Amino acid sequence: MAPLLQVRGLTTIFDTQDGVVHAVNGVSFDLNEGETLGVVGESGCGKSVSMLSILRLIPEPPGRIVGGEVLFEGRDLLKLDQNEIRKIRGNKIAMIFQDPMTSLNPVLTIGQQISEALELHLNMTKEEARQRTIELLRLVHIPEAESRVNDYPHQFSGGMRQRVMIAMALSCNPKVLIADEPTTALDVTIQAQIVDLVKELRRELGMAIIWITHDLGIVAGLAHRVQVMYAGYIVERANVHDLYANPRHPYTLGLLRSLPRLDARTREKLTPIEGLPPDLITLPLGCPFYPRCSYRVPRCLDENPALHAVDGQDGHEVACWVDVTQREEIRA
Amino acid sequence: MSDSTQTLVEVRNLKMYFPITRGIVIQRHIGDIKAVDGISFTIRRGETLGLVGESGCGKSTAGRAILQLYRPTAGEVYFDGQNLTTMKGESLRRMRRRMQMIFQDPYASLNPRMTVGNIVGEPLEVHNLLSPKERRARVMELLEIVGLNPYFVNRYPHEFSGGQRQRIGVARALAVQPEFIVCDEPISALDVSIQAQIINLLEELQERFSLTYLFIAHDLSVVRHISNRVAVMYLGKLVELADRATLYENPLHPYTQALLSAVPIPDPAVEARRKRIILTGDVPSPANPPKGCHFSTRCPVKLPICDSVDPIWRDVGGDHWVACHRVDRELGLTSE
Repeated sequence: MAPLLQVRGLTTIFDTQDGVVHAVNGVSFDLNEGETLGVVGESGCGKSVSMLSILRLIPEPPGRIVGGEVLFEGRDLLKLDQNEIRKIRGNKIAMIFQDPMTSLNPVLTIGQQISEALELHLNMTKEEARQRTIELLRLVHIPEAESRVNDYPHQFSGGMRQRVMIAMALSCNPKVLIADEPTTALDVTIQAQIVDLVKELRRELGMAIIWITHDLGIVAGLAHRVQVMYAGYIVERANVHDLYANPRHPYTLGLLRSLPRLDARTREKLTPIEGLPPDLITLPLGCPFYPRCSYRVPRCLDENPALHAVDGQDGHEVACWVDVTQREEIRA
Repeated sequence: MSDSTQTLVEVRNLKMYFPITRGIVIQRHIGDIKAVDGISFTIRRGETLGLVGESGCGKSTAGRAILQLYRPTAGEVYFDGQNLTTMKGESLRRMRRRMQMIFQDPYASLNPRMTVGNIVGEPLEVHNLLSPKERRARVMELLEIVGLNPYFVNRYPHEFSGGQRQRIGVARALAVQPEFIVCDEPISALDVSIQAQIINLLEELQERFSLTYLFIAHDLSVVRHISNRVAVMYLGKLVELADRATLYENPLHPYTQALLSAVPIPDPAVEARRKRIILTGDVPSPANPPKGCHFSTRCPVKLPICDSVDPIWRDVGGDHWVACHRVDRELGLTSE
């Protein structure tokens, strides 16, 4: 079966006063029907910008999508005009954001905000949309949905607002749900509620999910496949078990080692990744992780490795010249 | 209550209420936000006490009230045997030299119009330590201690990354050679790869200068890594306190149990086996906390008594403190 969404060579830049920021540098990936893809990276690695580019939600200017294609249902989303892309956004591909307060309109009731998409995309009447909205609020387990539909966003707590956002995103039965750090602003017990809800909805509705996060913990229990991003590149991609059991990129390894784990047996010293992420205005010629890498070889300085398959592991790809399992680490 | 050679900080029934007022010209007092509602614990010399809880539980307010950055509504804080809550003016100022703070947001906690040298040197100036010339040398030494280039002394905060700024904040806290530092979410605003750098730095400094930390955070994995003992706070009250191994391996309070089960572990094999306790609902408002046990509205194992009677905060053996009626009942203790 062909993938639901195919992204090829996606490249997004931002023109700023200081120069051109290379935010996304040729990102390619597939999303299969019903699968959950985790996208992991630190701030500024291009994980959000690449997904926003898919829906053409990058402010232009200063942003510009300068290359690539995004194939969805036989069409390239990057070539659609404004009217056509609007029919996709919020309808077949929906998105939820990190901060549920700033992504809801404070002067409209949540009922009005959810109904808007239903009236627009599904041509429902006001009354039909209202009924469906109440159903959706029940679906995301908001208590007393009939009365809460008339409340304003400030009358909801952070976790409840995120539920409202999810209800809104699901209103048109999307094929793809893009979740951009939806639990980062929430407390850990509320985060567990939201993750639990998403898993339940995924089972019932079967949509594919792209879950963007900086937290390697969350995707471990949620995603089927994970891709790790650094400096606008995908540096490693694998199914969730291979990625954690057998990480192949020095950056992925570094991230896993620098996290204290709740179930760690002993108090080991953490191994931080030294240095800072690169400046995206002057990208290096070679591997962008070179200055911070503890496995580097001279070749890394001159040539940026492309994503290639790891031997013997289906679907495991890495962008690194070195086989980290065969090489001693250099320690500063 | 405890051995004074060992105890550095003792907090007794500390309360910090913020008034809610109505009216613009005549402000009537119509209620209180009970941010910290009666907490008691001790911090031992040389240890790291972790204080965890979710946003709004009062953990940061507790840290500030201990340092007398807020004057507590009630209760006492003893530092090295002296009661800070009754101290004023010069004597309090002299005590402050011995306790410092590291803040969460390295962007908001450094004055953008001051050079690094002035920021790190200011505590020395305030406390009249060292001559201006010696101060500069001391500032450069401090920058080196926290892993920054001493020649950054004339630069401004905007020239640094988040992790480097947090190092500047650490250098400022160290300037007056304190014994006790309250670290208020010092790594929450930093990227994952940078967090470990700051954690390691704090650990090195503790060893080198025999520091005592109160480490406030919401990330239970980080607190487990850095702390000797851990206290869990919920809606203005402490619910459990124990040494690290006991708290994480044998949590007694249902809130601690739920909190630990909610933390994701970066390992799909472990995640697939774990059972989560999903709490229902949200944290109630601290302006109007529930009667009885503050956790009673969300507790999955509550008893009838929990709605009416406050559980007693007590040591259930082996310096394991907990406030829960169910635990009391299982241990055969009376709750009255």
